[in-house]
Amino acid sequence: MPVSTNPTSPESAPADPASSAPSEPARLDTDLLTLAVDGNGIATITLDDPDASVNKISSETLAAFSEVLDVLERNGSVTGAVFISGKDDSFIAGADLDMLQTFEMPADARMISRRAHRLLERMQNLSIPTVAAIHGPAMGGGLELTLGCDYRIATDDDATKLALPEVKLGLLPGGGGTQYLPRLVGVQQALALMLTGKNAYPGKAKRIGLVDALIHPAGLARAAREAARKLARREMTPDRPSPSLGERLLESNTVSRRLVYQQARERTRNRTRGNYPAPPRIIDCVQTGMEQGLDAGLDAETQGFGDLVFTPESRALVSLFFAKQTGDDNPDADRARSLDRLGVVGGGLMGGGIAEVSARNGVDVVLKDQTLALAAEARKLVWKSASKDATKGILSEFERDQIVERVVPTDDYAPFRPCDVVIEAVPEDLDLKRQIVADLEAVVREETVVASNTSSIPITDIAAEAEHPERVVGMHYFSPVPQMPLCEIIVTDATTPEVRATAVAAAQRQGKTVIVVNDGPGFYTTRILAIFMNEALLLLEEGADAEAVDEAMMDFGFPMGPYELFDLVGIDVAAKITEVMSRYLDPDRIEISDSAATLAEADLLGQKNERGFYHYAAGEAGEKDKQDFNADVYRHVGGRSRTSLPRPAVQERLALMMVNEAVRCLEEGVLQTPTDGDLGAVFGLGFPPFRGGPFRYVDAEGPAAVRARLERLAREHGSRFAPCDLLVEHADADGRFHAD
Amino acid sequence: MAASSGSSSNGRLTTPGRTAVLVDGCRLPFQRSGTGYQDLMAYDMGRMVLKGLLTRTQFDADAIDRVIMGCVIQDVDTSNVARESALGAGIPQHVPAFTVTMACISSNQAVTSGVDLIRGGGADAVVAGGTETLSDPPIRLQRSVRKRLFESRKAKSPRDYLELVQGLSPSDLVPESPSIAEFSTGEVMGESADKLAAMFGVTREEQDEYALLSHERAAQAQEDGRLDKELHPATVPPSFAPIEHDNVVRPDTSLEKLSSLSPAFVKPFGTVTAGNSSALTDGASATLLMSAEAARAEGYTPTAALRHYTYVAQDPGRELLLGPAYAIPKLLDEAGLTLGDIDVIELHEAFAGQVLAVLEALRSPSFAEENLNRSSPVGDVDLDRMNARGGSLSLGHPFGATGARLVTTAAHRLHEEDGDLALVSACAAGGQGHALLLERWSD
Repeated sequence: MPVSTNPTSPESAPADPASSAPSEPARLDTDLLTLAVDGNGIATITLDDPDASVNKISSETLAAFSEVLDVLERNGSVTGAVFISGKDDSFIAGADLDMLQTFEMPADARMISRRAHRLLERMQNLSIPTVAAIHGPAMGGGLELTLGCDYRIATDDDATKLALPEVKLGLLPGGGGTQYLPRLVGVQQALALMLTGKNAYPGKAKRIGLVDALIHPAGLARAAREAARKLARREMTPDRPSPSLGERLLESNTVSRRLVYQQARERTRNRTRGNYPAPPRIIDCVQTGMEQGLDAGLDAETQGFGDLVFTPESRALVSLFFAKQTGDDNPDADRARSLDRLGVVGGGLMGGGIAEVSARNGVDVVLKDQTLALAAEARKLVWKSASKDATKGILSEFERDQIVERVVPTDDYAPFRPCDVVIEAVPEDLDLKRQIVADLEAVVREETVVASNTSSIPITDIAAEAEHPERVVGMHYFSPVPQMPLCEIIVTDATTPEVRATAVAAAQRQGKTVIVVNDGPGFYTTRILAIFMNEALLLLEEGADAEAVDEAMMDFGFPMGPYELFDLVGIDVAAKITEVMSRYLDPDRIEISDSAATLAEADLLGQKNERGFYHYAAGEAGEKDKQDFNADVYRHVGGRSRTSLPRPAVQERLALMMVNEAVRCLEEGVLQTPTDGDLGAVFGLGFPPFRGGPFRYVDAEGPAAVRARLERLAREHGSRFAPCDLLVEHADADGRFHAD
Repeated sequence: MAASSGSSSNGRLTTPGRTAVLVDGCRLPFQRSGTGYQDLMAYDMGRMVLKGLLTRTQFDADAIDRVIMGCVIQDVDTSNVARESALGAGIPQHVPAFTVTMACISSNQAVTSGVDLIRGGGADAVVAGGTETLSDPPIRLQRSVRKRLFESRKAKSPRDYLELVQGLSPSDLVPESPSIAEFSTGEVMGESADKLAAMFGVTREEQDEYALLSHERAAQAQEDGRLDKELHPATVPPSFAPIEHDNVVRPDTSLEKLSSLSPAFVKPFGTVTAGNSSALTDGASATLLMSAEAARAEGYTPTAALRHYTYVAQDPGRELLLGPAYAIPKLLDEAGLTLGDIDVIELHEAFAGQVLAVLEALRSPSFAEENLNRSSPVGDVDLDRMNARGGSLSLGHPFGATGARLVTTAAHRLHEEDGDLALVSACAAGGQGHALLLERWSD
């Protein structure tokens, strides 16, 4: 057979005579990587950590790369080098966060940063060309390592993404990213990548010059070696896109670059309200490096990295990262039934959102409403959302069609029979919900989990008349479902482990981070939010200036203030929740405001009718744009005369109300762990991520200080502020909710 | 031809129902698109090849029970191109005709649909083939303009017409031309082939060598007249100068020329080039299929019996063109055969990289284990038995007509090379594949 057994493939073609001078054969085999040289003198360095599913940048990895450079610097027969991962679907996932935890002082962090800088410098000083071959995620330190190479080739696969996500952990890219990235792709592109931490997918990476070529995964290694060989023989030079005219104009000189930095600083300030120290440091490093030279820039980066690792903001964000991992884990996975078919009752915003996240993750959905036309509205929501992604190129139109086709609207319960899980998402009405449970039990199989997406009614009440209360759970999603990462699962005394595990698996299949809480009025998230919102209404009744309160809470770090949140949720919905909650709450402990009902009666409903605390205008895509404040509200609640309270006083009253109630949930056993409490508040309610959650917040402020403040608030504003028992206990013992 | 008295279970292999046989087949010489047939519609080639088949077999068109033609790129004027071709060829109007489409295995589907009709007793004589022009792909106006044109049927006043053109931008008037890309993945077929070649470690040099081999074999078969036996010369307007030979084959190509080409799809590091890919081609092919009994009664000696066949389908994103690597073992298992039993193989050559990847998959123990659930590999394909007269790379590939060419060539080769069993296999867009067994008829 002349074809398949031919030995003279390009891989093994004779090497350049010039480069095959006799020399010791280069080889290296460490725990983390291997170095092997082919017939053309091209060394392939394959990184494959045997003890982990993905490669990470750790002290050991840096040491191994240093050894590689020792070999490449000394061995004269190697003509080029290719860096590639031995993992199937990832390049290097970023820095090892466990390593971050081991730093005892900023100098430890700075040393790692300097070691990474030294590696990049040595890579760039090599006399041979180096090529990074990237398939799968190349994140953080993994991407920075490729910046030391002469050429980057990536796969065009969906798994491939490049990012410097350090900012999401309150850090800056400490391995040379702030210096080498702007030099490769320009200041504006580099700042955009580093300040958002967003992924660059293959198409974009190629377009902005972050990678030089794309290929399919199967051809990656061969193509990278071909690139190294061609670079070595000077048969090829990297073909980088030239920057656009606008980019060139802005970035060509010091004066106009100053404008770029200034705009970036302003945008950052508007977005973060000064709560996050990393973004301004990133801009500083880029500016220093571009204006004062590489060495000054690298020094600034090292300095900044060491400082940021030890900020409370970064600590909190890192702790959330680890907490999220526990929320993405199903400890009882083997008891779970897989979710192949989901039933949804109710085709409103919530039902449609639940259908969407399911269909996007490959789950078939039957969605029922009273009429086919109402149910079809939910399918339309899925289509609209997926079409938006198709326009952006995130999905292909065909993928969009597949997703939409998974959602079958109906006005009939019969198609629910094969469903593994059914979730009802109808209005908050106990009788209606009980009726639906009964209707469902008449058709579904014995093992089907029946879930309620109630936001306040105790599951025990909903399941009270059920034939099988053991399979009735709460699955509480947050609006808008596709964007909000949390699902709060509510179990009762009757819930079986199988039902619980199946509900957790279902929410995780939908891409949600899960917390499991015990039943109770408002469970965890709605309860602490309701208390918080109630306090906002009391403030309003006392005559506080509402806009100033919203501003104060955004300064505290919430994504929006409480009144804007009322508008988003719907003031009538909030009134309904208040009504449900007030049935269960002790009127002696807490004073319940009825202002939400008053406003709802005055037809101030929020975004839905474009009149609430603010006026709204319907945008083109159906979204509601916030306009000016609606002073009409004051006519109904508390009168027109308004006072601006000092911001710290407002922040203290609202935030501590929520924090104290969160601790009470742990005390009462509604919450099972403080970590769940942190995850629920941050991912469900927008509690400031840089504070890590209510329990991290108490730990950081000190329980004694928090108790003292609550006691003072109780004296000033009433006993509803009295610190809960568990908080007092912690204060007495100077205990912490989190050990680390 | 004398009637024979053999039984219908003639040969080694038996299939359920009546035995379907290939009486004979032929095709028009395949022409690179934009050359010999550039002014023709697919229907023109279809009627010529049907007339050619009837002339060559001297079969009474009145006795045809069905005409089935494969076609991929449909012309809306002749959407049932089989019917128009049959009428144009003078096949009596009472003979029903239908068109099938299954990408590059469309005329394989035409043949096996005919086999099924015969086996089930629904037909005694079927003409199955395919026709394709890639010189004149349908180019459409954009949806926005089409929609307005549709609405224009109702327009009456000048003002109505004015409203119809309002809001149109000049860019709306740029027509859309079809590309050879998967609808579901958006991937161009050449990219899929490049990927597949890399997955199986097929190098650029191996692909170029295989392409060269294909051209050398086709040139040799053309030279020594073996190809002529399956050709029906075409004479077409305006010149009516006879077209007697395939014109895709390049007798003068060389490894040097092939290796100088740049990658055509995956740039700059891909391995699939224009030189190691099949070219856009126009052409048509047809076969006469009959029940063994009817053939005997009509006095025909069949060329081959059409035995087992199968269709398979894979993920179009990962294994678009790997169909034969699944279809061949499935078919051999069903027939109780191994590769060693096969004397003649006709494997469709979409790309040299695809052919070599299929051969590599068949010989790979890990592919057998992981993808076929077999403990041992399917085996090595003996290249001496495969595509001895060239293949789609050198003869050309009119999508809807290739399948019937493979069947006819395989049957002819059984006689010429004194073989007993022939295997036809092909890949198709959509991730689908086909394989068919022919057994030489001797009674």
